[in-house]
Amino acid sequence: MTTKEIVKKYGNKRENLLQILHDVQNQNPNNYICKEAIYELSKEMDIPVSGIKGTASFYTMFSFTPRGKYIIRVCESPPCHILGAQTIFEAIESKLGIKVGETTDDGLFTLEGTSCLGICGVAPAMMINDEAYGNLNEKKICKILDQIQERERK
Amino acid sequence: MLNITVNNTQVEVSEDTTILDAAKKIGIKIPTLCYLDGLQSPGSCRMCIVEVEGIKALQPSCVTKVSEGMKIYTNTKKVRDARKIILELLLSDHPWECNTCDRNQSCELQKLADEYGIKEVRFPPVRERMPLDESTPGIIRDPNKCILCRRCVSVCHEVQGVDTLAPRARGFDTIIAPGQFDTLAEAVCVQCGQCAAVCPVGAISEKDDIDRVWEAIDDPNKFVVVQTAPAIRAALGECFDLEPGTLIKGKMTAALKRLGFDKVFDTNFTADLTIMEEGTELLTRLKKALVDKDKNVALPMFTSCSPGWINYMESFYPELIPNVSTCKSPQQMFGAVAKTYYADKISKKKEDIVVVSIMPCTAKKFECNRDEMNDSGVKDVDYVLTTRELGKFIKQAGIDFVNLPDEEMDAPLGISTGAADIFANTGGVMEAALRTAYEIVTGKELPFKGLRIAPVEGLKGVKEASLKIEGTTKDWRFLEGVTLNVAVAHGLGNAKKLIESIKSGKKSYHFIEIMACPGGCIGGGGQPRMTTDEVRQARINAIYKEDEGRKLRKSHENPAIKQIYEEFLEKPLGGKSHHLLHTTYTNKKEGI
Repeated sequence: MTTKEIVKKYGNKRENLLQILHDVQNQNPNNYICKEAIYELSKEMDIPVSGIKGTASFYTMFSFTPRGKYIIRVCESPPCHILGAQTIFEAIESKLGIKVGETTDDGLFTLEGTSCLGICGVAPAMMINDEAYGNLNEKKICKILDQIQERERK
Repeated sequence: MLNITVNNTQVEVSEDTTILDAAKKIGIKIPTLCYLDGLQSPGSCRMCIVEVEGIKALQPSCVTKVSEGMKIYTNTKKVRDARKIILELLLSDHPWECNTCDRNQSCELQKLADEYGIKEVRFPPVRERMPLDESTPGIIRDPNKCILCRRCVSVCHEVQGVDTLAPRARGFDTIIAPGQFDTLAEAVCVQCGQCAAVCPVGAISEKDDIDRVWEAIDDPNKFVVVQTAPAIRAALGECFDLEPGTLIKGKMTAALKRLGFDKVFDTNFTADLTIMEEGTELLTRLKKALVDKDKNVALPMFTSCSPGWINYMESFYPELIPNVSTCKSPQQMFGAVAKTYYADKISKKKEDIVVVSIMPCTAKKFECNRDEMNDSGVKDVDYVLTTRELGKFIKQAGIDFVNLPDEEMDAPLGISTGAADIFANTGGVMEAALRTAYEIVTGKELPFKGLRIAPVEGLKGVKEASLKIEGTTKDWRFLEGVTLNVAVAHGLGNAKKLIESIKSGKKSYHFIEIMACPGGCIGGGGQPRMTTDEVRQARINAIYKEDEGRKLRKSHENPAIKQIYEEFLEKPLGGKSHHLLHTTYTNKKEGI
C-alpha cells in the first residue's frame, strides 16, 4: 500500500493520524517512518510536517531511523526490572552484538526497551514483533534468537 | 456579571473571565510563564496557580474561569511554596549562565526567581546538554535554556502559519524542534523572529553582530555608514525604559554619531526611493493590463519590503513570484546606492565603505546575506543589528541615551519624507505608494483626510480599500474612472488567508501590501520585548505623529530623491535602477 492509499483507507482527518502512522511504519520494509512519508502525509492530510513529526515522536512505538525486520522490545517496568530485565538486555546485547536502539548488521534485529507489556505474571518478559515471551533467562533467549536466525537463513 | 473576591477584595467581573484577568482588574499581579495574552493559555507551567476556597488543589488562574461567589487567594503560603518548587524544578534543568546570556536582566524566569527569592535549587539536572542551533543568519536557538512553554510554537503556527517549530518527543526528552530536522536551516523557517520576540528566556534570540560592527568602526581604513529603519524611532526608547511609542529619532541620531559611525543615514531615504520605483512599477503593470491588454502581466502586485514575507512567498507560494514587485527592500536599495552613488560622491572605493543597518527585524540579517544582494559589486549591506542589539550597543558605549540632545541625520541619504516613516506599520507602504501614485496620475493630492487612508490602517488582520481614479492627466487617461482595489495583510497567517481568498476567486485586487509581522515592522521580531497589541498601537501612533509633523509627506517631493534621479539613476525603472534597485526571487518550494 502506498502512503496515499493508507490515508484514503482511514480518511484524512487529523484524528486518524496514529492509525495511519502505524500502517505507514508497518508497510516499510525497514520498520520505520521515513522523511518522504512524513512529507507525503503532510500533503495528503494538510497537517504541517512539524505537527506530524511532533505527534509521531511522542510515541516510542514509532521510529524515524531504519530498523530490523524483528524488533525486540524488552520490558523495563518494575516487575521485570526486579526479576532481572537488565540481565535480559545484557544477554541479547552479547548474543547479537548490538546495544539498545541499535540494529544488527544483517538488518534482522533491533533492540529496544519498552514500558509494561502487561504480562507481569511471566516476568521478565519481552516481545519480538507481535509475539510475547515470558519467564526469560539467558538460555531461553539464545534459543529464541537462534530459531529466528535459522528460519531466516532458509 | 459575577461577584467574586480576590484576596478579600470584592470584584465584579463578567462571566467567562479567568481568575488571572479578574485579579488583573484590581491590580493584583499573578506570575505567568507559558501564558501569553491573546496567544495561548495552556495552563502548563503552573506558575499562575492560586488557592480557591472549597477546592483542594491549587488552580491555574490563566485557564480557570470565575464562578459566582468564588473566593480566590493569590498569595498564601501554600501558593508561594508551590510556586517556589515550580521555579526550582524549572531551574534544575536550566543552565546557570545568566551572566553570559542574551536575556540577562530581561529574562522572565530570572526575574521570577529573583522575586521569589530562590537561593538554592534542591533538584539535580536530568537533561543532557544539547548543541546550539546557529545554522541561520538571523536566529540562534539554545534548546538548553528552553523551558518548553511553547509560546514560540503558538506564534509560529497560529500567528504566522509557518508551522516550523513544534514539540518533539516527550517527558525529559521533549524539545522544541524545527519540523523534521535538528536545525532551522534544514527546515522551512522564514526568519521572521516572532518566536524570539515571545520567548520568555534566552532560548531563541537574534544572532549577535555587535562585535563585528565595533570591529568595522575601529578600523581606520573603513568608512562606516549606518541606516536606521523607520520602525526603530518609535521603539528604541523602550530599551531605555521610555514608554512604548516615545519618538527618539533625534536622540538615536545623536547616539549613532557618538558611537563613531562616519555618517548617520536613513533607510527612510530608500523607502522614498522604493515608492518611486514600486509606484512606477504598479502603474506600468496597470498600463500593460488595461491598455496593451497584455495577458502576461501579473496582477495583483504584491509589495516586497518585508524579507520574512519574501521568504514565506518563495517557500509556500512561489507561483506568486511574477506578482511580487521586483523592488528590493529599502534596506537593500540603501546598500546598493551607498556603495555606488554615494561612494562616487565622496570619492571612496566601495570596498572601503561598510554599511550597517539598524532593523526591527531578524529576517533582515538573512536578507543581506542573499546571493542577489551584491549588485554594487560587493556585499551591499554588511551588518544588520536589531533594535534590541542597538540598545545594547549604546549601553556598551556608556552613552546616556535619555539625556542626549536631538540631532539631525546627514545628507543626502538621511533626507526623507513622512511617506517613508509610515513604512514602519501595517498599511503604511500602501498609503505611501498611493500618496505618490495618485498624484502622478491625476496631478492632485490623494483625496483622503490628512493623506491617511483609514481603512488600511489599524491592527485588523486583513484590510481593504477602494479608490476611484478621477481627473487623470493626459498620459494616464486609460485609468480614468478605474476603481483601484487594494488590500493589506500583516502577520503571515493573515497573508495566507488573503492569498487563499484571491486564489479561490472570492477576491480580486490590483495592489497588495504584506508585512510578515503582526502590526508591520513596528512589531518586528527584533523589536524590544514584549510587543503586545497595546504596544503595537502606541508605536503606530508615534509613527503617524512623526509623519504628520513633517513638511514633506510624499516620497516624490523628497529633494534628495529628485537629486539622485537627476544625477545618477535617471528615471524610475531605468537601466541603473533595474541593476541596483531591483531583484529576482527563487522558487524554494521544491523539497519542502
